[in-house]
Amino acid sequence: MAEPLLRLEDLRKHYGGLDVTDGVSLDVMPGEIHAVIGPNGAGKTTLIHEITGIVAPDSGRILFAGQDITRLSLPRRVRAGLARSFQITSIVAGFSARENVALAAQARSGSSFRFLRPASGEAVLNDTAMAALDLVGLADRAAVPAGTLSHGEKRALEIAIALATRPRLLLLDEPLAGAGPEETERLIALLKRLGADYTILLVEHDMQAVFALADRISVLVYGRVIATGTVPEIRGNAEVRAAYLGEDDA
Amino acid sequence: MTREALLPLAVLAALAVAPLAGFGGSYELTLLARAMILGMAAVSLSFLVGGAGLVSLGHAASLGVGAYAVAILDAHGVTEALIVLPVAVAAAAGFSLLTGAVAIRTSGVHFIMITLAFGQMAFFTTSSLAAYGGDDGYTLYGRTEVAGTRLLENRLAFHYICLGLLALTWGLCAMLLASRFGRVLRAARENAQRVEAVGLAPYPFRLVGYAIAGALGGLAGVLLANATEFVSPATLSWQRSGELLFMVILGGVGRLWGAILGALAFVLLETWLAEQMQHWKLVFGPLLVLAVLFLKGGLSGLVARRHG
Repeated sequence: MAEPLLRLEDLRKHYGGLDVTDGVSLDVMPGEIHAVIGPNGAGKTTLIHEITGIVAPDSGRILFAGQDITRLSLPRRVRAGLARSFQITSIVAGFSARENVALAAQARSGSSFRFLRPASGEAVLNDTAMAALDLVGLADRAAVPAGTLSHGEKRALEIAIALATRPRLLLLDEPLAGAGPEETERLIALLKRLGADYTILLVEHDMQAVFALADRISVLVYGRVIATGTVPEIRGNAEVRAAYLGEDDA
Repeated sequence: MTREALLPLAVLAALAVAPLAGFGGSYELTLLARAMILGMAAVSLSFLVGGAGLVSLGHAASLGVGAYAVAILDAHGVTEALIVLPVAVAAAAGFSLLTGAVAIRTSGVHFIMITLAFGQMAFFTTSSLAAYGGDDGYTLYGRTEVAGTRLLENRLAFHYICLGLLALTWGLCAMLLASRFGRVLRAARENAQRVEAVGLAPYPFRLVGYAIAGALGGLAGVLLANATEFVSPATLSWQRSGELLFMVILGGVGRLWGAILGALAFVLLETWLAEQMQHWKLVFGPLLVLAVLFLKGGLSGLVARRHG
């Protein structure tokens, strides 16, 4: 078996008496789409925050491409190749869609402590930005202020921003949250395409989407991973059905 | 070039022809110089507030550090601009770098309060400088010399030097905001989390921006000391910081050149009202409030909508 790209080793986090992350161990293999599902309050968001460095775990280790990143800040993790999207869309609303992506390209291409030339005139950054926008289907919206994009378009923009950081792992926090049925369909198709080229860790509520996309699924309940497996394995797992699927209409 | 890009040049051009168009008397030139100098400080503050989202209520401190550098050097017989200017600018940048290193770790109201606190600290420090006049201030022996000449004594030359440095300040800030560096600052103003999530920590960018604004404030301070040939703690009172912030808002936060309009309007209105009546502040205050309430985008927004 190949080395995992991301490995969580016995992560733990308590808030008061509550074990939000209770000994989570998980491997994301290169090339796979790995989904983390779980009912509300299972600790998915905290887990994402731990992986991206917004919340420090009380104990345990996070290994990324063999390197211990448990104590690195978010910017340093991103530079190591870990890109994320946010559950609540996080973009620079006053920038054009292109400048949003160009900012990410700039972070990846040389120093940002450059003071003389107008950044909007840098062809390399603009080309990188346009390529990423094209990939997510936003090429014709490049000049539009990001704040005026539709919800689904903002979601796609955030993915384009993540792509422009040249990530080795895409961490997508509920990328379908709040999207309408048509937008959801488009985003699922997009994620499927990205899955061919990228390793993705997907935290998602939409079960249909997860079953359509994921190579493997880990089920998180009360801060613990109760099962990890392929889609049929998870569908057939009695414990998962009892803990999760049974109480959902999925 | 869009028409809006021409508006700041129009403002600078108007200031350039003002002495030839009936505003060449010593009274008018003194007033315009004051407005342009405070305009420089306001532009550098606008770079911080509108560009980087750092609302400082202590910007007068950098002005004061620059002005006191002139006074202190003057007291020790150093009056050459080639020395005074770099020393003053470096001192103001250093002051901003040190205080900014602490202040920028905070945000929002905390940032406002901590910059105010550092400003007050500088104020009381200058008040206690007995050798340089303490509370009473310090009168310069003369204006700073430029390469041994008494160029600054000439009111018209002083006018154009102020104008040139104002244009330089504006151009520099505009260039910085458009650069990669400025893009990070602008993005972090709107969404710091987004900047971190593309792999950049906003802190060092903000700190460098803060130091640059401080350096430009120090430059304005050198001119202010020369304009009045007098330096006192009032130069860096917190009221002065508030006035600078007000000029920025009056001119329009989103446009750097708005701060020039804001400073001109503020200084001219203040002077004119003070000549009309004894209790002019009773009128000035409400006028400012109305301007903030009803001038969306400030004076520059108004002009841009008319001519943009």
